[in-house]
Amino acid sequence: MRFLSSRRRHPAAKVMLLVAALFVMGALYSVVAPASQSSADTGTSQQIAEGRALFAVGCASCHGLNGEGNGTVGGSVLGPSLIGVGAASVDFQVGTGRMPMARPGAQAPQKPNQYSEEEIAALAAYVASLGPGPEIPKPEEYDPASVSEEDIARGGELFRTNCSACHNFAGAGGALPNGKYAPALYGVSNKHLYEAMLTGPQQMPVFSDGVLTPDDKRAVIGYLNELHEQPNQGGLTLGGIGPVSEGLWAFIIGLGSLVGFAIWIAAKGAKAR
Amino acid sequence: MAKPAATATDAPSLEAQAPARELGPVFKAAAGPAKWADDRLGLAALGRKNLRKVFPDHWSFLLGEIALYSFIICLLTGVFLTIWFKPSMAEIEYEGSYQLLKGLHMSEAYSSSLALSFDIRGGLLMRQMHHWAAMLFIAAMLAHSLRVFFTGAFRKPRELNWLLGVGLLAIGLIEGFAGYSLPDDLLSGTGLRFVDGLIRSIPIIGTWAEFFVFNGEFPGDLIIARLYMVHILLVPAIILGLIAAHLALVFYHKHTQYPGPGRTEENVVGYPLYPVYMAKAGGFFFIVFGVVTLMGGLMQINPVWTFGPYNPAEVTAGSQPDWYMGFVEGAIRIMPNWESHIGGTTWSWNVAIPGLGLMGLMFGLMAAYPFIERWVTGDTGEHHILDRPRNNPTRTAFGVAAMTCYGMFWIGGGNDIVATQFRVSLNAVTYFLRVAVFVAPVLAFIITKRICIGLQRADAERLLHGAETGIIVRGPSGSYGERHVPISADEAFTLTQHVEPLPLTDGSEEEYAGVPAKEARSERLRRKATRFYFQDNLRKPSRAELEAAAHHQALEAGHGGHGDGHGDGQAPRHGHEDNGHDGHGNGNGHHAIGSSESESSTH
Ligand code: HEC
Ligand code: HEC
Ligand code: HEM
Repeated sequence: MRFLSSRRRHPAAKVMLLVAALFVMGALYSVVAPASQSSADTGTSQQIAEGRALFAVGCASCHGLNGEGNGTVGGSVLGPSLIGVGAASVDFQVGTGRMPMARPGAQAPQKPNQYSEEEIAALAAYVASLGPGPEIPKPEEYDPASVSEEDIARGGELFRTNCSACHNFAGAGGALPNGKYAPALYGVSNKHLYEAMLTGPQQMPVFSDGVLTPDDKRAVIGYLNELHEQPNQGGLTLGGIGPVSEGLWAFIIGLGSLVGFAIWIAAKGAKAR
Repeated sequence: MAKPAATATDAPSLEAQAPARELGPVFKAAAGPAKWADDRLGLAALGRKNLRKVFPDHWSFLLGEIALYSFIICLLTGVFLTIWFKPSMAEIEYEGSYQLLKGLHMSEAYSSSLALSFDIRGGLLMRQMHHWAAMLFIAAMLAHSLRVFFTGAFRKPRELNWLLGVGLLAIGLIEGFAGYSLPDDLLSGTGLRFVDGLIRSIPIIGTWAEFFVFNGEFPGDLIIARLYMVHILLVPAIILGLIAAHLALVFYHKHTQYPGPGRTEENVVGYPLYPVYMAKAGGFFFIVFGVVTLMGGLMQINPVWTFGPYNPAEVTAGSQPDWYMGFVEGAIRIMPNWESHIGGTTWSWNVAIPGLGLMGLMFGLMAAYPFIERWVTGDTGEHHILDRPRNNPTRTAFGVAAMTCYGMFWIGGGNDIVATQFRVSLNAVTYFLRVAVFVAPVLAFIITKRICIGLQRADAERLLHGAETGIIVRGPSGSYGERHVPISADEAFTLTQHVEPLPLTDGSEEEYAGVPAKEARSERLRRKATRFYFQDNLRKPSRAELEAAAHHQALEAGHGGHGDGHGDGQAPRHGHEDNGHDGHGNGNGHHAIGSSESESSTH
């Protein structure tokens, strides 16, 4: 301490202090600052270049050469602007096969994914470079392994409150106006579940971290996983879409078989002839 | 439709005489108490008469029994459910064994339904059986009422029993709805909310009625307890009473029967209640029980645990009522959103018309129909022989039109499911149905009527030209034709026994002389209605036509049987109309297929 107090009036002290402060700030920043755009190995300029090339081939026809969007044709959007939609959106849209859209329609349906992991990452990096947006979540963000049982039950309540209006109580999907629909959620990967909530594709609202915290999102994911792993208590689920299919089967199996038995019984008996 | 059909499966007309037998020890032991009871109650005499009551046999007469037996199954399984179910809306924390709901707050009713499903042995089976039986109960009632309608079994003297049936159907809906609401899961709560809307849409007093029913604003905390009382006491008691009256009337009027040889308005051909019919009916009860048990065991129904507890803030996609409320749901879904505000009151046409209006219309029309038809025909006679639906084309067409309309509303109730399952637009389904509920019944009416008249033609064809044999014969000129054989006298009777109501002409002015204007107008209207009803019907062949046909067929049969070695077996075929029933002198006169000019005489 003597050393410091004796030198504190040294002409170089101010400069040294400034350097030290800057250093500390830099170090702090690197710890505290949000992980940069390049979290999933995106952001390297080479990846972006690859992404741009892929984009020009597969996506630019609808989204414009620079992802700026292509305006509308006959009232329907040919391709919206992708500036600021973020890497998560690309990862979701391309990973579930929705993009590239095969043909204009009410909604881009899921289909087998046409790109490799690296290509998706490149596309995501390119789109992310157009403007800041949600990033691809890391496995620990969406993996529900650590979610407790109470949280899973809470996730069920969150699901029923926020999602079942469109996706049905069992995640079996539902209809939306004008030919649009909320798809069934069976077999959707945890990552895509998370990304869907984060980016709100199409008619689906965005569930930002302010609405559903990452913990809430994990709880929802945990609930859906559990729900779809449950054995079918009570027998065949008959499509699992509720009273409509139950009514149908009540008529077909119930009334149908009983009428069959009735015909059989009425035909049996001591015939006079 | 080929060979002459066996028509009536008639039962033995001989009295089954039991040979006098030595009583076994069991019967001997039972004889004492039986005599004791008989001396006091006189049951033997009552039994002797009623046990010999004859019931005709036809599968369609068993539809009502399916309803009866499903109701009994509801009673039995329902009693089991009452032992565990807690009709309370008090909020508790779920501590049962279903993992995905653990720790959630819910009503005691929901929690006890979960307990029934997961923690009580046999509970889930009983719940599912109860629910399947409930669905079947109403489905069978509906099917039964359609049978009664299409065969004209509602005619005098059975109008009252038809009304009892309409009442049973309506009350069955209420019973089912009340039960569906009990578990207090998300769907049943949404259903209650739906009914809450219906109640509120009653003009002027709606809000007051809502407060009365729910003891305050929806959902309140009493409705489950109230519905419970309705569901296990009030309505079952009413249903039981109505069923008893219904069956008593069936007994009293005796059962109707399909037309056939030996069957008249004065007799009933069939089996005696005891032992034959009882054995059949008893056996059928066990079959129904078996089918319901299998359904309850193998097919999931109303999985309340996946719906979650009711929470007024939540509505899920795929919220539907049970099928029997589907038509109301559909009407409300496709109704345009009309509402008006008159002097501080709200008139929700969008709910009142499709909801209250449609149910009122359906049951009102059902109840009124026998009286409407009776007014049109002016028929005051009793009817114990059923109509074949084709012989009253207009009634049949009305029935099918009503079914079609119901079906369209039904589809509307599942419009979202239709949209997702068949990948069509929800709006397209809705717009289509808005038109279809009006247009489809009209089309159905016209098509059904044409089909009925076509079937009447086919009957006449059989009477006049006999039945097709499926034997194709080549004529000497190379023509082909199918050989016909006369139908049996029994069948001919069945095809011709019905009475033909006739369309009435308007009548001249003199006819109405002295008749008060109002009555005259009503009579004119009635006659117009008879024309609408009966004008297009095919008249059955006249006696002369039938005799000529029989003569002609006898000749043909003679030829057909020749087999004279020339390989020129006659080829009797249709198309007699073309040559006006002449040319029989030489035993043919049939046109060769494809060229009516190349007529050739083979003899
Ligand atoms: C046939 C035209 C078409 C093609 C090709 C296409 N898209 Fe799209 N894209 C659309 C339309 C239309 C939408 C908006 C509708 C939707 O999301 O369903 C969309 C939406 C998106 C979104 C979501 C935007 C948001 O607001 O979140 C992303 C991300 C996207 N596209 C990426 C891509 C990528 C990457 C490709 C190339 C692999 C691609 N698209 C190819 C038409 C196209
Ligand atoms: C307003 C209706 C609506 C709500 C509420 C909603 N979604 Fe969606 N969701 C949609 C629609 C529409 C799509 C299809 C988007 C598309 O195809 O581009 C979708 C797609 C998804 C997908 C992608 C499914 C797949 O097959 O790839 C997931 C996962 C998803 N939603 C999860 C959720 C979750 C979890 C919630 C609740 C937190 C939720 N959604 C709430 C409408 C909704
Ligand atoms: C024809 C008559 C009846 C019909 C149509 C009917 C219909 C229904 C329906 C649809 C449910 C919902 C079932 C479910 O949980 O999935 C229900 C529940 C119930 N019913 Fe009935 N029911 C009838 C008669 C009865 C009777 C007679 C009783 C009692 C004596 C009864 C007792 C119950 C109870 C306690 C429940 C609630 C059980 C639960 O949901 O866990 N029901 N009923």
